[in-house]
Amino acid sequence: MSNNRGVIRFIARRLALGLFTLFVVSLVVFAATQLLPSDPAQAILGRDANAVSVAALRTKLGLNHTAFYQYTHWLKGMLSGNPGDSFNAQIPILSYISDRVVNSLFLLFLASVVSIPMSLWFGAYSARKRDTLFDNVTSNTMLALASLPEFVVGIILVLVFSLRVWHLLPAVSTIDIHKGPWSDMKGMVLPTATLVIGAVPYISRVVRASMIEVLESDYVEMARLKGAPEKVVLWRHALPNALGPVFQVIALNIAYFAAGVIVVEALFNYQGIGGALRDSVRVRDIPVIQFLVMVLAAVYVVTNLAADLATVLVTPRLRTRMR
Amino acid sequence: MDNALTITNLRIEVAGSGFDIIDDVNLRIAPGEVLGLVGESGSGKTTVGLAVLGHARRGVKLAGGDVMIGDAAMLALGDVALRQARGRLVTYVPQDPSTALNPALRIQKQLIEVLEFHNFGGSDKARQERVVQVMSEVLLPSTPEFLRRYPHQLSGGQQQRVGLAMAFACRPSVIVLDEPTTGLDVSTQAHVLATVRDLCRAHKVAALYVTHDLAVVANLADRVAVMYAGRIVEQGTAAELFFNPSHPYTRHLIAAAPDMSTDREMVGLRGRAPGPGRRPVGCSFAPRCELATADCRAEFPAEREAGPGRLVRCIRPFEIPQSTQHVAVHSSPIAASATHALMVRDVCASYTGHEVVHNVDLHVDRGECLALVGESGSGKTTLSRSIGGLHREWTGEISLGSERLARSARDRSTAQRLRIQYVFQNPYSSLQPRRTVGDSVARPLIIGGVGKTEANRKVGEMLERVALTASYANRFPDQLSGGERQRVAIARALVSRPEVLVCDEVTSALDVLVQASIVELLSELRRDLGLAMLFVTHNLPLVASIADQVAVLADGKLVESGPTEKVLRHPEAEYTKRLIADTPQIAAAVET
Repeated sequence: MSNNRGVIRFIARRLALGLFTLFVVSLVVFAATQLLPSDPAQAILGRDANAVSVAALRTKLGLNHTAFYQYTHWLKGMLSGNPGDSFNAQIPILSYISDRVVNSLFLLFLASVVSIPMSLWFGAYSARKRDTLFDNVTSNTMLALASLPEFVVGIILVLVFSLRVWHLLPAVSTIDIHKGPWSDMKGMVLPTATLVIGAVPYISRVVRASMIEVLESDYVEMARLKGAPEKVVLWRHALPNALGPVFQVIALNIAYFAAGVIVVEALFNYQGIGGALRDSVRVRDIPVIQFLVMVLAAVYVVTNLAADLATVLVTPRLRTRMR
Repeated sequence: MDNALTITNLRIEVAGSGFDIIDDVNLRIAPGEVLGLVGESGSGKTTVGLAVLGHARRGVKLAGGDVMIGDAAMLALGDVALRQARGRLVTYVPQDPSTALNPALRIQKQLIEVLEFHNFGGSDKARQERVVQVMSEVLLPSTPEFLRRYPHQLSGGQQQRVGLAMAFACRPSVIVLDEPTTGLDVSTQAHVLATVRDLCRAHKVAALYVTHDLAVVANLADRVAVMYAGRIVEQGTAAELFFNPSHPYTRHLIAAAPDMSTDREMVGLRGRAPGPGRRPVGCSFAPRCELATADCRAEFPAEREAGPGRLVRCIRPFEIPQSTQHVAVHSSPIAASATHALMVRDVCASYTGHEVVHNVDLHVDRGECLALVGESGSGKTTLSRSIGGLHREWTGEISLGSERLARSARDRSTAQRLRIQYVFQNPYSSLQPRRTVGDSVARPLIIGGVGKTEANRKVGEMLERVALTASYANRFPDQLSGGERQRVAIARALVSRPEVLVCDEVTSALDVLVQASIVELLSELRRDLGLAMLFVTHNLPLVASIADQVAVLADGKLVESGPTEKVLRHPEAEYTKRLIADTPQIAAAVET
């Protein structure tokens, strides 16, 4: 069907654009790391290292090549699935960092899986019960939570659930990096909760506003006047039309999680990319920094693409225009 | 015969305050009968229409009385029973089908779900067949391809027919139509109205037709009820009510309605209907009624017989307010000079390369009004925007007096821009909301280099001239009614004493009484100031009361032009003939 072809062409175009975005990001990241003060070789060997060994290390790390050569070499490596070796650990980046990437992505995944349905439910229910006690209480609570930074929320959670009030959950994450984060689900609760508390207020506010607008629309009134049961009114007539703006906010929030994990990981000593990024910046481990930034950029691009696609799929007016 | 719908003592309030929106409304409709419910916006006619389905919008409370459909008391039904009655026993056709159809669902789904909610037909197959059948009843194709479309893939007329199909699908006994032809072209409107009439007759459906358009009601309805400030002030058969109205308000409504078959001018009525909580003790029309006496202000007149089958709420029925007896004053253009005030020669206008106006020639003289008439999509707004310099993609020649104008307003001199002024369709969006009326009206003067004190004086004068007071200068647009805003927009256009005034559908967002007073004002200003006026409209009857000359535009081409009288009485182009035939008229309906 022509519609499907249109949608496929849309995806292809957006994917190409996404790749282009990543390419631009790679240029910016490379340029930025080149501008970092101090020499990686010096940083690795320490202030007292002699000039000869620093020079040797520079050669070994490939720092004597032109910036253009270094960039194309790095890009080639990224594209062929071998982003190079860590300066600091002297082992391939993937084996050094992949466990941490998995840990962070798992945290991000858990936070999304919990916060999205929760926000949809809170938002939709508040919209239906707008201006009631329930709506007022949730709105104000959400506003209060949204105004607290994650590290404060995290500290409060730790105080309440692990140190002062109850001793239910571990205050720090103790996952075995080789077994994967799912081996210690109890340790996942507080980091996930911290992210969820940061995200739910935003998403649910948008869901509520979008839902209220749709519930006031002529077609929802019309559905009621046609004798539609309230369930059908909500799920068939209202919700699909309210989702468009919600997808965009969800994408923004997932992107925000990707950055938010850095703070949360530090707070709970969670073995993820946040810690790795911090360490790499300290020791000028340029290949690792570059790799991690590219991973974060890829998360942004993919979630935004997914949100645009989802919006198109629930909006026939957009879908049918793609011929 | 038993009535299909009986409304008794209906009272509807503003939730929480106890102020009445609707009070003491009594109506009955027999099977197969069409009752027209007429009133200005805010009169409560839609609220009554929705109450028939047992529905009240947010902030509105159904406070008392009965709505009986057969033996179902709509206001006393529980949730489930009410849901079963809606869409089955009584159905609703909304005002604007483009917003009332769900944009995310195919029309097939929206049609079949009504049948499913009410288990109509018993099986999926029977329901599919009913959908096909009802689509042909409303004269739409019922091919799978058509049924799979989404609402935005249909034209406005088709959308409204889908609305009708949904309403007739379950064979209801009562149908409420809420201004279903607003926004449709006259030819589409004529076809939709014919469909409504035929279906109601054929299936013995009682119809409550809510509208502000008297001409439509005169042609469609068997009986008419007139609403004012939440009460029915008069009801009777359509023929009698229009031929000899008994309530002064009805008389004003008829006097305000544009009609191309008579020679009279439209007569407006100042003031507003009082809203809930502001209604006087006595007759709520008394403050605007020139016949009002002390008795009228003492208590609201009870409903009384005014002839067989006629009811009126007035203690002086059939008396005629002097102001509705206005005699036509036809203006003639000021002695023609060598050059036309505005001349359009061989103009073609396009949108992104696609030509929508083809080789149009027009001219307007000083003191003359040329009506540019056309249906939506005819290119009339594009042409007028080209003249105003708001649309730049055109070729040809547009001259103001002896000066040829540049394409875009930006490239025209300040003096040229001030000599040609524009009034927009929608007074709700054409005034900058954060600026006071005085600031908005003064803008053209300030741009023209007039000093502040002088500008203020002229603004005050101009506001008086458009029948507002100078004190309006300090108000903001949101403190004004639609009619007042349009007066402000006119004041802003005229304050720099332009030679040419372009009015783009300036009354289409306004109620009929307000429309009449705006038209009166424009005619008067044109006479007094010697303006050349280009009046763009889709409303043919309106043309009769305002224009000296008419130009008819169809698909971007000028199909006919000439003196108003000649074009309306003896049209030559097929298109004009059809347009006139499709336009509902009060006088014609009453005579037959």
